[in-house]
Amino acid sequence: MHANEPFSVVLVESVGHALQAEKWFKAAGIPCRLIPVPRHLSSDCGVCLRFHSDFQTQVEEILAGRLDYFEIARLSELD
Amino acid sequence: MGREAEGNPLDDRTKPPTTGEGETNMSLIYLDNAATSWPKPEVTLEAMIRCQRTVGGSPGRSGHRFSIEAGRIVYGAREALARLFRVRDPLRIALTKNSTEALNIALLGLLQPGDHVVTAGMEHNSVMRPLRFLATQGVELTIAACSPRGELDPQDIRNAFRPNTRAVVLTHASNVTGTILPVAEIAAIAREQNVLACVDAAQTAGVLPIDVEGMGIDLLAFTGHKSLYGPQGTGGLYIRKGLEQRIAPLMRGGTGSRSEHEEQPDYMPDKYESGTPNTIGLSGLAAGVDWVLEQGLETIRAREEILTRRFLDLLEGLGNEVTIYGPRGTGNRTSVVSFNLRKIAPSEAALFFDEEFGILCRPGLHCAPAAHRTIGTFPRGTLRFSFGFFNTEADVDRAAEAISRLLRG
Repeated sequence: MHANEPFSVVLVESVGHALQAEKWFKAAGIPCRLIPVPRHLSSDCGVCLRFHSDFQTQVEEILAGRLDYFEIARLSELD
Repeated sequence: MGREAEGNPLDDRTKPPTTGEGETNMSLIYLDNAATSWPKPEVTLEAMIRCQRTVGGSPGRSGHRFSIEAGRIVYGAREALARLFRVRDPLRIALTKNSTEALNIALLGLLQPGDHVVTAGMEHNSVMRPLRFLATQGVELTIAACSPRGELDPQDIRNAFRPNTRAVVLTHASNVTGTILPVAEIAAIAREQNVLACVDAAQTAGVLPIDVEGMGIDLLAFTGHKSLYGPQGTGGLYIRKGLEQRIAPLMRGGTGSRSEHEEQPDYMPDKYESGTPNTIGLSGLAAGVDWVLEQGLETIRAREEILTRRFLDLLEGLGNEVTIYGPRGTGNRTSVVSFNLRKIAPSEAALFFDEEFGILCRPGLHCAPAAHRTIGTFPRGTLRFSFGFFNTEADVDRAAEAISRLLRG
């Protein structure tokens, strides 16, 4: 993954949800990585799941109906 | 036996833990598995050492690799437990320090003044004490009677229901007599009546098959250090989806999530998991549960039934000096055997077994005065011998020999 490529993150409710989502993504062949939640997105001290924005539709499909709460945010190039 | 060829932890039994006074030359026979299992599989111990040595972080409290790895360990414990209890979503399991904490969350969090709750006469104090407390706070309590062998007729539970009955709370198997209660049948009756079924699986998780969704169990409390072969200080509570909205947490505090809010999260499992968890213990619990699943519940149960049958037969052979409690068959009981010797107090006998034979058992009331009242042994109590997967036929024979020796004076 190159630093200038567009990335998005999934914000979830807890590290447990992040780890659960990570398993689903990996099973679907979507490369992802747990990272600290960027400050401008949330003041939460937890982790979120970063993925290449190309996978956004797939990610949304995987999470819909499986997690009660999630939010997908685009990371700016500065991130 | 193949099991032994793979490395039975008891191969080290010739080197028992020392007392600190140099007494190391006596073989120990541990028959108190209903209190806590011993020994643990090597994988349990190895996982805990690996966790403390190489992970070290606090789960969910940061984004660095130690913290994430610790989070994976905790989530791994949830996943293993979810496989065991056939729970689809591992996050439906809140991790606690034991079954007692899980039961307190369920009972104190759910029941309100004016509610009615039903239980039965074989309960441990982990259920009875919270319920007796709630009864002083305006919760109505009915205790259905059990037979002197600890058996419960599901119709007695049905008959106890009232319009305001909120829950039925039952042990899956007695820690005194080993009697297995018909929890699936009772859960089905409860569901018909819109009553929640809360099951205490402290004595059965890891031995009897438990399918929470299939059996209609709404709340399942379990401990990690008995038949799940994890360490002490681990356990949990399964909460059926949506029920968390009706159950207040016992404690509130930091969860590593929603840190911008000063209010407790309202979702599973964070709602019930304030404070840094026992990551090391949970690493051992995950390994213990994986080990149980690898052996297979049927294999474990069959092994324990063989030992229990052998012990019951030997006890019966000792004649009328011995009174045995609980079911005589092994199909409707766990590997917990309570008995009394006619002229010898349980505590005296237990001391004799420990000092003269290195046999460790548990005398007394086993934190279950209600059960002892039911079987007619209150306040004297009983001697309780409880077998685990690592016990052998030789242990059983030695136990019977010790009893026989004590009877002959």
